[in-house]
Amino acid sequence: MSSEAGQQHPLGIYYKIWVLLFFLSACSYAVDFFNVQGGMRWGLVILFMILKAGFIVAIFMHAVWERMALVFTILGPPTVLLLLIGFMAVEGNYASGTRYQYMGHDPDAVALTPSDLHGEAGGHEEAVEEH
Amino acid sequence: MSNVAVNQTGAQSGVNGLVDDWTSDKQTYHVPWGKAMMWIFLVSDTFIFTCFLTGYLNVRMTTTEPWPVQSEIFALSFFGSDPIPLILIAIMTFILITSSGTMAMAVNFGYRRDKIKTFWLMVATAAFGASFVGMQAFEWSKLILDEGVRPWGNPFGAAQFGSVFFMITGFHGLHVSIGVIYLLTVATKVRKGHYDKKGYEIVEIAGLYWHFVDLVWVFIFAFFYLL
Repeated sequence: MSSEAGQQHPLGIYYKIWVLLFFLSACSYAVDFFNVQGGMRWGLVILFMILKAGFIVAIFMHAVWERMALVFTILGPPTVLLLLIGFMAVEGNYASGTRYQYMGHDPDAVALTPSDLHGEAGGHEEAVEEH
Repeated sequence: MSNVAVNQTGAQSGVNGLVDDWTSDKQTYHVPWGKAMMWIFLVSDTFIFTCFLTGYLNVRMTTTEPWPVQSEIFALSFFGSDPIPLILIAIMTFILITSSGTMAMAVNFGYRRDKIKTFWLMVATAAFGASFVGMQAFEWSKLILDEGVRPWGNPFGAAQFGSVFFMITGFHGLHVSIGVIYLLTVATKVRKGHYDKKGYEIVEIAGLYWHFVDLVWVFIFAFFYLL
């Protein structure tokens, strides 16, 4: 559909995607705001992330209207990055295993928060005493 | 296949078009050269950002120290209220999406040859971008001065938190800053009528860069701030 006149589309589709991106961002923020944890948190955040990224590339960057030769040039090479991510995850898993085994670590260690350090009211006083 | 879709230029689309484009012994990409080059640049930039994020994945997995709790570190209180988790980051995210929308409309009005609307929409996009960088500067100074976060250590937990934070958000902020300059340059030239003869593809090319910056932020927001 791309012609020499460039990418021209009705404004309506941009408005719809714009609203959708706002909604999806609000959803990902809500995941943190309502303190969803564990696998549910990972699943939701990554789902909203992929949807947002997909709509930006497809509609705002016009990839869905480009010819397949260009689309494959854009999306093809980055797929090898999935291999890199997979390898580094496997390697990271092994490295953390050996570090825990030979260097030891405190399984109960908790990261400090700003309220612990500044001693604000309502902070995590228990965590301060442990450290 | 007898009912192959044919587009305005007379070339086939879909898989047949892909084969045609690569085997026709002439130009492969039927887009302005500047647009093809911008896409190639953005693909290479994707590799850079993915390497940063993969490095982050690896150090976060392998550190034996607890990882700092982002939603509390990036919380902010207004007028003495209880700290609201990640509120500044959420505002920055919404600003960047808003700027992406104004940019998409600038591209649209560019092709309609509406110079005034294109100019002002690009200026609005750049202004949103500049406010994003301003908030990032605020966030950095808060972390450096108030919390004592450094690239080599921080008072909360794993030392890698600081290095990853400054490297990834810094590199993204640099992209936003360059984008603001780029958009203002193109906007000024649009207003002066430099593209009346050449055509307004340049607005779309600048838009590609800007949407990419927003795209990278989507991943940083998810992996660095939320997970």
